[in-house]
Amino acid sequence: MAAEMEPPPLGDAEQTDFREVEDGEDLFVSTVTTLESSPSSPPEPASLPAEDVSVNSNGPKPAEIILDDDPEDLFAEATEEVSLDSPEREPILSDGPSPAITPVTPTVMITPRIEPAMFDHSPEEEEEEEEENGDTFDMNISVSDPEKVGDGMNAYMAYRVTTKTSLRIFDRGEFSVKRRFSDFLGLHSKLASKYLHIGYIVPPAPEKSIVGMTKVKVGKDDSSSTEFVEKRRSALERYLMRTVKHPTLLNDTDVQQFLENTELPRAVSTQALSGAGILRMVNKAADAVNKMTIKMNESDAWFEEKQQQFENLDAQLRKLHASVESLVCHRKELSFNTASFAKSAAMLGNSEDHTALSRALSQLAEVEEKIDQLHQDQAYADFYLFSELVGDYVRLLTAVKGVFDQRMKTWSKWQDAQVMLQRKREAEAKLQYANKPDKLQQAKDEIKEEIVEWEGKVEQGEREFEQISKTIRKEVGRFEKERVKDFKVVIIKYLESLVSTQQQLIKYWEAFLPEAKAIA
Amino acid sequence: MEESGLSISADSIRVTEVTEDGDALIFTITSQKLNSDVGVCVCRTFEDFEWLQQSLFSQEDVPGLQGVIFPPLPGKPLSSPQSQAQAKALKQLGFLALGDDWKSYCKALEIYLQQVANHSTLSKNKALESLLTNSEPPGKQRVHKGIFSRLSQAVGELRKENHKDLDDFFQNERNNNLSMTQFSKTATEKFLEVVLSEQKLAVACGHLSTSLHLCVNQEGSDAGNFSKICMKLSEVIDAVKRNFEKVADNNLSTLGLGLDMEYRGQEAKKDMLFRRTCKLVELETAVKNAEKAKPNKKAIMEEVKKVVEKDFDQISSIAKEEIGCFNKCKVTLLRSSLVDWCEKQLHTAREDHELFSRQLEACEQLCVTESTENRIE
Repeated sequence: MAAEMEPPPLGDAEQTDFREVEDGEDLFVSTVTTLESSPSSPPEPASLPAEDVSVNSNGPKPAEIILDDDPEDLFAEATEEVSLDSPEREPILSDGPSPAITPVTPTVMITPRIEPAMFDHSPEEEEEEEEENGDTFDMNISVSDPEKVGDGMNAYMAYRVTTKTSLRIFDRGEFSVKRRFSDFLGLHSKLASKYLHIGYIVPPAPEKSIVGMTKVKVGKDDSSSTEFVEKRRSALERYLMRTVKHPTLLNDTDVQQFLENTELPRAVSTQALSGAGILRMVNKAADAVNKMTIKMNESDAWFEEKQQQFENLDAQLRKLHASVESLVCHRKELSFNTASFAKSAAMLGNSEDHTALSRALSQLAEVEEKIDQLHQDQAYADFYLFSELVGDYVRLLTAVKGVFDQRMKTWSKWQDAQVMLQRKREAEAKLQYANKPDKLQQAKDEIKEEIVEWEGKVEQGEREFEQISKTIRKEVGRFEKERVKDFKVVIIKYLESLVSTQQQLIKYWEAFLPEAKAIA
Repeated sequence: MEESGLSISADSIRVTEVTEDGDALIFTITSQKLNSDVGVCVCRTFEDFEWLQQSLFSQEDVPGLQGVIFPPLPGKPLSSPQSQAQAKALKQLGFLALGDDWKSYCKALEIYLQQVANHSTLSKNKALESLLTNSEPPGKQRVHKGIFSRLSQAVGELRKENHKDLDDFFQNERNNNLSMTQFSKTATEKFLEVVLSEQKLAVACGHLSTSLHLCVNQEGSDAGNFSKICMKLSEVIDAVKRNFEKVADNNLSTLGLGLDMEYRGQEAKKDMLFRRTCKLVELETAVKNAEKAKPNKKAIMEEVKKVVEKDFDQISSIAKEEIGCFNKCKVTLLRSSLVDWCEKQLHTAREDHELFSRQLEACEQLCVTESTENRIE
């Protein structure tokens, strides 16, 4: 079943008249355009030669330009702090080029080398196409069949990733591959290193869990490991769906390869304690310090407002998450107690001499057992619909905040370039009054060159800043739309489960009443 | 000497309310005079009830009194429900400590009074009449505690519990009672846990609803939509909360009370059977003594034996009657608890099914209109 989040019993609920859900199973309805539109987006300038980009990576890396001045940028600009509770949730970005080098993706927006004018066209075009196509985002990914591969501590879970789509960027309408968890992390790492720093909100991958995985590896076949695997499977599915719903990411070859290629090079830098891992930790610390020292002159109130809003939202969502977790916990407790009571009622019924009463008590026990099952189903719904959704958004918000931070950095680079330019100009002025005639001309020429270079960098800095600001506005708009959609879907599903539960209860009580009345 | 019977109609007895007077709880008992419209209303404390119970235990000149299954009086209520007192009350009173305003406790007292008033022998006791009708409370009249207030607590006597019976009927009753007491106790405790979980869930829902409410304050059109959704969700969770509160209340006021009564009833029956067993032991001892007695003491021993034997026979015959009555009453009580419980839960389920369905419709409407608006933009 493609992308089914809800447990089987919920499927019994009558299909609601919720028109947006076309085939009753597509949870993630989106108005994102189908990617058939991309070939028809404004023609890329012929001047975009493949070698331009493929030299270093299969994605834009404006960081290359200013490498000399900002050595920290060599590594991941890791700003997604996924601090729900576990310490292992470190964002993992690729260091440098990803192994699978692929030709440039056609979507105009990703390549910053293009004139700013080009950027003005594409967003609007994209929007127009969205309106035309409505909800025809036809793609469904399901993650299923978790399978343990290998033995002992080297074992891992392999998941089947099945894609069903009619989008033309894919060769086939339905295809399926086997992936392991580190593959997902690797994908995210690549996407983050390509898109985060230019302002795209890259959905975060599910967290690592050393405890959870160890249990599975060691072969504990109890309910907590199955729960863990199911939780992870669901999270991976949601992660992929979120990723492909992003039009830019969907067009990324890494994403497409991930979905299509049978073999994928193993993503090794995702291991927690690897050398790369340690480097990441060091850089995060450096980043944190940087963040504190950048004091940005915000000329655009929109950004300030939004940042404040997201800070508030973050706090609210965390609180919400805690409340939902508490709800899930209590419901599980209720289920346990109900089962316990059912047993004791059965024993009472067995000891009872009076036949009709004894039968009624046994029926009571059965009813309570069924109610227990309802509680369990509801707890499952609470968790997968609610708790995981809120958790996903808390993690997404860190990506959003990261993107704002990137903008600050971009601004800072631009400012730094301006400062350098100023210094060079001052140096030039000084040279006018210098009195070393033989070296003077050479120095003057050098300075002139440097000034030109820095003027270029200032222009670029400004461009990039404007671009990232524009991208962020769009991304935030998209984020908020998606957020509304996701929560809408959840509230409807949740209500459906509530209605279904009450329906079942009515059946049980109606069946029990005559038994109770029959006691004479 | 025949005592005049109770002047009150047993089934009209109600314990209508409770007021707190400092540390003490005052119960209001209303009833109606037999064959008349005249109503009676009195106020009593728990000590007054205890006085009644003791009076019943210590009646003299009632043959075979020990064979009576005395209606069980609920435990002492601790007033002012602060948290530690609450925990203690729960431990002591179980279901009777739950619910608003001591509703269950009052019901239990009511049932107690009705059971006493309906009992052919006990209803004739003046103490009952006095409790129900006298304007003055029994006050601090100390009653000589009967020898069998709670015999099961007499540690030394406990070994007699397993003494084999002469009579198959009684042996069966004792065996059955043993398991029923145990199982009904467990069932009551487990059900109590269920109700407490439901109440905790209701509280958790309340917190969740509040958290959702707090997510409502964002600006901008899409953020505004998000606020709307959070509000809706908050309403839904609120409804879930109220559902749990109702379900828990239904549970405790019907089946919870019923199970509690069943358990205490079985305990009362156990007490009676134990008293009889003790008498049996006494009888067997007396028989042995009479046989072994030296000729000069033989006559006395025989007399003693005859008295004990007569006593025992009276107790046994009363006990048989009582057991018959008890079993019938128990079935009636449990039946009405179960029917009541089922009807209440069914009603709640129907109500909330209706409510959730309406909320679902409203949400679907909201989603449809919004997406239409979005498309037009």
